[in-house]
Amino acid sequence: MTDPNLVAGGGADAAELSRVDDSATGPHKPRSLWGDAWRQLRRKPAVIASAVMILFIVLIAIAPGLFSSREAGFSDLTHANEGPSADAWFGYDNQGQDVYARTIYGTRASVLVGLFSTLVTVLLGSVIGIVAGYYGRLVDSLLSRFGDIFAGLPFVLGAIVILTTFNAPGASPGAVTIIVQVVCSIAVLSWPVGMRIMRSATLVAKQLDYVKAARGLGASTPRIIFRHLLPNTIAPVLVYATIALGAFIGAEATLAYLGIGVRAPVISWGVLIADSRDYFRNDPHMLLFPGAFVTLTVLAFVMLGDGIRDALDPKSR
Amino acid sequence: MIRYVLRRLLQLIPVFFGTTFLIYVLVWAVPGDPFSGKCGQAACPAAYVAQMTEKFHLDDNIFVQYFKYLGSLFTGDWGETFNGTSVGELIATSYPITLRLAVIAVAIEAVIGLTAGVLTGLRGKGFLDNLVLVSTTFLISLPVFVTAIVLQLALGSNGLGWIEASVSDDPGIGELIVPGFALGSLSMAYVARLARTSIAENRRADYVRTAIAKGQPQSRVVLVHLLRNSVIPVLTFLGIDLGALMGGAIVTEGVFNINGLGGLIFRGIQNRESATVVGVVVLLVLVYLLMSLVVDLLYAVLDPRIRYD
Repeated sequence: MTDPNLVAGGGADAAELSRVDDSATGPHKPRSLWGDAWRQLRRKPAVIASAVMILFIVLIAIAPGLFSSREAGFSDLTHANEGPSADAWFGYDNQGQDVYARTIYGTRASVLVGLFSTLVTVLLGSVIGIVAGYYGRLVDSLLSRFGDIFAGLPFVLGAIVILTTFNAPGASPGAVTIIVQVVCSIAVLSWPVGMRIMRSATLVAKQLDYVKAARGLGASTPRIIFRHLLPNTIAPVLVYATIALGAFIGAEATLAYLGIGVRAPVISWGVLIADSRDYFRNDPHMLLFPGAFVTLTVLAFVMLGDGIRDALDPKSR
Repeated sequence: MIRYVLRRLLQLIPVFFGTTFLIYVLVWAVPGDPFSGKCGQAACPAAYVAQMTEKFHLDDNIFVQYFKYLGSLFTGDWGETFNGTSVGELIATSYPITLRLAVIAVAIEAVIGLTAGVLTGLRGKGFLDNLVLVSTTFLISLPVFVTAIVLQLALGSNGLGWIEASVSDDPGIGELIVPGFALGSLSMAYVARLARTSIAENRRADYVRTAIAKGQPQSRVVLVHLLRNSVIPVLTFLGIDLGALMGGAIVTEGVFNINGLGGLIFRGIQNRESATVVGVVVLLVLVYLLMSLVVDLLYAVLDPRIRYD
């Protein structure tokens, strides 16, 4: 999007020509939609930048010890509330803990929540969506209304109700329990979106000739769904998943900020932000640095998602 | 058209029952004693427990409870909290504030988002287009509470001193502009992108070329022909967003200390005032469903090409 050669006519024409050549001369295998998309993606600076950022975040999540010399539990009360310095890049919080070390060690929980929420949302949404779209009629109506029930709940509101139902205010569930609960409540409230995307993609794809041909040749329903429908309906879901992963990391932080999401003993960006809730007016660094990490991560996933969408949509070239 | 309206209304009914039942079960069927901690340190007196059990139908099974609750709801009775305050009155005081906040947010979205979207859609590639693309991506990535807190830090008494840390009990439009901006910032980015794509697609449509060929002035082509057709997806989004924002205002209301539905529901959850929580959520779900119905019907009015049969 910033490279003028790409967006102007020149780049697109060249791509167009090479594609025509491929199919005409025949010695090369014609590139698939995915091959085409891959070539597009590799040339976009925004996509490369976001991919590098995501790799970096994943590396921090896997090996936080490489990036911080201090343990997450490090605490020195004499420095409490101090702003950023050479000693502690992001400053200290009200308990003298190093905000930088905690941000680095908090990456893993945040990324895991985002990843698992996306997995559950996309799997649940895709399965229900493809069944609704493929069988149509009564099944479709029932499943769609069922999805509407969950879509009708405002996200934050629904999450608050679900999470407080399972943990009375003030309770302190274990680390694994609370992460599973947050993942489940995000997924329960978001799967209708994935389902709608998959359903509409399936409705289009099932009308196409190759599906009719497969059915005419006697292919079984699972074979039609997995071999013929799925590869052609997965693209929009993939775009949604990329953007959703970022959004869910943001959602984790929002829920923690409200005091109902992930909480100590787990360290996540949301937990850091929640800890700063009562202090940010005087010590904004406690909130702004973890907030910036959340924002940059979400930004990377949104940019990557936008890039994948543009690459997979031949109309936009 | 009538048949379509009826069908849509019929579709709303199971969704309404499903969502409200889900909430009712989640809020009321919590394991544990609903009276724990309700009467201070001591256990609640038996007479109080008996009276409350009677009032909230706690002896019935959950289905009977739910339908008794809905029954009184349809007669306009929102129920009472455990200490006898009318939920209807609580909602009546905070509802207008949240509605005002959501309307201001949608108005800000519409004005700024549409302007940015139309300008970039018309101009095409260039500096402005890149600027809008970068800033919308950035806005989409910012969690609402970060936007709200940063705005409050920058404009509040620690920064420029333009706004107070908390708004008054019955805030006017002026006080709600900054919170409205924070609440609407995410959707504003979507509106701008939606309008941009829509305008860019329609700009090459036949009817636009015809209008230009007829010799109509540029302003009329854009404002009457192009905008009217391009604005449909944006309106859909804005309509549904109004419903969604009222439910999503909890965070913003918390940061700016606004006395709206969000605060009401949050306190309700913290104090386990189940009647308040269910009441507010039922109201918000109703608003959301009605807005999506209105939006669907608006479609038909705005775009005669869309047929409902």
